[in-house]
Amino acid sequence: MNISSLDYSSLRSLLIAKEISCQEVTRFYLDKIEQNRQLNAFISVFADKALERAREIDYKLAQGTAGSLAGLVLGIKDLLVMQNARTTCGSKILENFIPPFQATVLNKLQAEDAIFIGKTNLDEFGMGSSNENSYYKPVKNPHDTTRVPGGSSGGSAAAVAGSLCTAALGTDTGGSIRQPASFCGVVGLKPTYGRVSRFGMVAYASSLDQIGPLAKSVADAALLLRFMAGFDELDSTSASVPVADYSVMNGSVKGLRVGIPKEYFISGLEPDVNSAIENTIQLLKDSGAEICEVSLPHTEYAIATYYIIATAEASANLARFDGVRYGYRDEHASNLEEMYINSRTNGFGEEVKRRIMLGTYVLSSGYYDAYYRKAQKVRTLIKKDFEEAFKTVHCILTPTSPTTAFRLNEKVADPLTMYLSDVFTVSLNLAGLPGISLPCGKDKQGLPIGVQLIGKAFDEQMILRFAGFIEKNNPILNNRQVSV
Amino acid sequence: MSVTLADVENIARLAKLSFSKEEMITFTGQFNQILQYMEKLNELDTENVEPTFHVLDSGNPLRDDVQQTWLTPEQALANAPKAKNGFFSVPKMIG
Repeated sequence: MNISSLDYSSLRSLLIAKEISCQEVTRFYLDKIEQNRQLNAFISVFADKALERAREIDYKLAQGTAGSLAGLVLGIKDLLVMQNARTTCGSKILENFIPPFQATVLNKLQAEDAIFIGKTNLDEFGMGSSNENSYYKPVKNPHDTTRVPGGSSGGSAAAVAGSLCTAALGTDTGGSIRQPASFCGVVGLKPTYGRVSRFGMVAYASSLDQIGPLAKSVADAALLLRFMAGFDELDSTSASVPVADYSVMNGSVKGLRVGIPKEYFISGLEPDVNSAIENTIQLLKDSGAEICEVSLPHTEYAIATYYIIATAEASANLARFDGVRYGYRDEHASNLEEMYINSRTNGFGEEVKRRIMLGTYVLSSGYYDAYYRKAQKVRTLIKKDFEEAFKTVHCILTPTSPTTAFRLNEKVADPLTMYLSDVFTVSLNLAGLPGISLPCGKDKQGLPIGVQLIGKAFDEQMILRFAGFIEKNNPILNNRQVSV
Repeated sequence: MSVTLADVENIARLAKLSFSKEEMITFTGQFNQILQYMEKLNELDTENVEPTFHVLDSGNPLRDDVQQTWLTPEQALANAPKAKNGFFSVPKMIG
């Protein structure tokens, strides 16, 4: 049986009907991972552990006691700590780190009988838009292995697109779930800030970070979110907002208002991306949705604001890596100060060091007000833009990225150009809003194009409803699987 | 605002990182390019705008101060590059 083309919702009916077992499903993915090692999608694979879990869950299925995610084989971004399993964050500094505790989301998904097959590759500590900043080799895009999968959750996106697992977890600080989902032609959901507990996610920028699913279908993303979401006393920023049953999606978009922000249709937008977005807008219009032009006037300031805030928070968060309690230590240092400096200098990669340096600068005495405080004020303006727009529309539709997947090494030499590729995704993190990227077409070279839907805070249901509708009614989405 | 090589050296000292002269020069150039881009924010008048440090305005959630079991000392020390007598061990600080 060809499992590649199946999302979890289809796989589950086969498992319940006993036409296939969790062990067969797990073996299928393990073989796929083995055949596709050149993608570098995984940093660690837990073959034995995953098969053992699959056996247990097959037994539970036979007994009728299996959880709601039984047999869903999940790749886990290696920024989420898993108990007794190496967690590297894509960094040399954590090459041998074995966490003694586990992320809350993993506990929640494990309780529903999801199977963890391995830890996926990423840009070091989530810092990157191409997955080229990993100490464990760059990930390649399954649609074209000369191109990047996007970042930083590039391993997760490539693993789902290449059918190396049923779905995967990613993290999103400035677009790190949505942009790789767009580049790899899968669904990627960044929940509202506070919707999912961040406990056990190694922090990059704490006021922006969120964990979310990457999946083969909107229904799978919705199902995963349902079990990931909720208040957690171990994360004081997780929200006490009730969790909806996201998997129940109303089919129609008739009468709903979709905002199109004119500031997102900029000169750098590739023509093929533009026309795929236009087609999606037309589809919604033909289906009875009302299309309204909206304005998000501070969009052009989002990248600068983001890179000030994110690097400032990163410089503080990454101060914990000092070679004392965990991680790499330079053994040759003759005193404590030298040990700190050498361990950090040899343990971190170039982009991480660049961001720590930038963050240290914008927080340093004399520059705090000019950069950091200024950026936090502009963040207020960006947030207000969205509040204003959501007074008249139910959801906002934009491209996820101005381009399709670019080539490996194309942008590494120029950090600023790389940063600018996040232009459509960072605003949501600054405002704390939920966003989903789903495939809406392909360019002339056959590379996937993603459309992004933005919702009000804690209104994931609305964007899932639109995403579900687009997925179901967009004719070019049929046959979107990659064969690798 | 323009960043000099001396500024970059000072930031490296604060961040506890060290770089070769060549790396410092590259960084200085990149910093100036990136910071110049960030100065775009000065186009905006934010005199009367409150900063948003956090998007959720939920206040400080408090819980009861109840003793709980967390990591054992052995677990807490298991990842330490060097541990001795139940403590993290580091190179000498005072000669």
